Amino acid sequence: MSTQRGRIQISGFDAERVSDLEDEQYDEQPRETRSRWQRAFRRFLRNRSAVVGVVVVTVMVLLAVFARPIELMGTVVQPFALAPYDPTTHQNLFGTGASSYEPPSREHWMGTDGASRDLFSRVLYGGRYSISIGFIVVAVTASFGLVYGGISGYYGGWTDELMMRIVDTIFAFPALILALVIIATLGGGYWQLVLAFSLFGWAGYARLIRGEVLKIKENEYVMAAKALGSSDRRVIFRHVLPNSMPPLLVLASLNIGTVVIGVAALGFLGLGMGTGTAEWGTMLDDTRETLIQGPDGQIPWWATVFPGLAIFLFVMSMNMIGDGINDALDAQETGVARGGEGE
Amino acid sequence: MSLHRFILKRLLSIIPILFGVSVITFGLVYLTPGDPVDQMVALNPHVSPSDEATLRAQYGLDRPAWEQYLLWMSNVLTGDFGQVYSSGRDVSSVVLQRLPETIVLGLFGWIFALVIAIPAGIYAAVNKDQLGDTVSRFLALSGISIPNFWLGLMLILIFSLILGLFPVLPPSREPLYHPRMLWYLLLPGVTIGTAAAASIMRVMRTSMAEELNKEYVTAARAKGLPERQIVLKHVLRNSLISVVTLAATLTASIVAGSVVVEVVFNWPGLGREFIMAINGREMNLIMAITLFTGFFVIIANLIADILYAVLDPRIRYE
Repeated sequence: MSTQRGRIQISGFDAERVSDLEDEQYDEQPRETRSRWQRAFRRFLRNRSAVVGVVVVTVMVLLAVFARPIELMGTVVQPFALAPYDPTTHQNLFGTGASSYEPPSREHWMGTDGASRDLFSRVLYGGRYSISIGFIVVAVTASFGLVYGGISGYYGGWTDELMMRIVDTIFAFPALILALVIIATLGGGYWQLVLAFSLFGWAGYARLIRGEVLKIKENEYVMAAKALGSSDRRVIFRHVLPNSMPPLLVLASLNIGTVVIGVAALGFLGLGMGTGTAEWGTMLDDTRETLIQGPDGQIPWWATVFPGLAIFLFVMSMNMIGDGINDALDAQETGVARGGEGE
Repeated sequence: MSLHRFILKRLLSIIPILFGVSVITFGLVYLTPGDPVDQMVALNPHVSPSDEATLRAQYGLDRPAWEQYLLWMSNVLTGDFGQVYSSGRDVSSVVLQRLPETIVLGLFGWIFALVIAIPAGIYAAVNKDQLGDTVSRFLALSGISIPNFWLGLMLILIFSLILGLFPVLPPSREPLYHPRMLWYLLLPGVTIGTAAAASIMRVMRTSMAEELNKEYVTAARAKGLPERQIVLKHVLRNSLISVVTLAATLTASIVAGSVVVEVVFNWPGLGREFIMAINGREMNLIMAITLFTGFFVIIANLIADILYAVLDPRIRYE
């Protein structure tokens, strides 16, 4: 019996138990796929820094929305005013009489800026520009990149080759440089900024989605769907795109922060909103000269510290959310949660 | 595929991208309302409409877009980027004059990033999930989240104005090669390198932690090699490969960062020149710097890819 010799004998091995375990695993399989997003969500909630990020972002968005009343075509849609003063009022003339560059006090929590406007109100209000541009740009670029990358990856061949060469070309430019050139052509302003970051910002999503689609296309269920006679459209929208969502979500959440920094950078360079606008970057630009040579020798640090801190806080929280989503979905992707981070 | 064929193939692949880069650059500026002649006329009110037409014909501005593109491209290929409208200087000489300043700043940023990030990444990976790791991860996350212009302003505020350690905005500074310049370079260099340092550190930590779980590490440990040698000799080399992949992206971000940081620190490089060109609507200069940036990033990508193939032979067979 030559076959017996090579066998490894294992003692204490209970075949019954092992097969039980296997059965259990198979049982769990369908449940796992059904609640995939739920499981990721639960894992996300257990990530402390991610939850902190969500809280901070939510608070900052709410503060920006409720900073001053919003009027839409003559009717007041949002009557609350959390900001103590109007962000454009010159306090020395019409308000509390505070002069320009007044240090933080009980009346003006973050002091006043060079035109004696209340900085706290301006910082609250300033979120409206950067944050909303960030969300709009990401929504636009992610949707377009999704479609572009989906088409490119699904059809392959020459279409793919050509479409990806275009993406490669866009990647040769840093996003900020392109945005600067676009603003140089169009001039500053809210929708110009949206366009400046959207026009080429989709390339990253397109490349990501194309890669995902190429991976997903190889799966048996796609082949099965095709064999069953599903149309291209159905295969793309029912099978391929939903499965490429997780990485898209991660990239989008990290991208919001990048766009917010980009908008503020343009504002700081004097190319975003008009001078004097309560936008975080523009506020930093307005006070840049006086940081070094303030009025009567003092340094008005508050005018530089607080608007920048607002940008930093928002972007940091957004990145914590992005990392959290990444970890929550990543652990799921591999099926095995790493280092006690998952279930 | 041999290494030589890989390099050749990669070199050929940048040709269509270079073409695309020139088209984007030209297209963006071509769509600008107003042309160079309008600019010149604005500077000199004594120009008659017929002179304007002659000027347009002279510069080829009355021709269709593709012809203008070819004309511009053929000039660019011979090194002629046109002139700066306001001063009449050659654009190429302006670019060449500013370039060294930006290269020195960018290089300093890169070196700072590597010097900080690699040891920090090793430390975090080796002490994974301990206090030191948590702290360095938090710092890295702050590093990628902090806007570089604000970081620059804060450094000026703290180190120049409050502590008085560094001079602000040197009124008459020495030439670039003077040793004293290192002192001026420190704050802008740190500002430009911080984001890159944070990214490298995060990647180092992840890839190294992954690498430390591999079987060859267990084998090396079983063999009785000292942990230090395992980490520094075997694991580090493999995890550095992922840093090389990141290098091209980071070079692009340093190039973009130089624009902002040079403005903050009044550093007379290409980035500050670019902003002045935008404010003065110097289209020739904008086009030249944009084109140059694209070209530079493509070359950086190429070098990173080749380096990657040299370091990791597996990649060539894909």
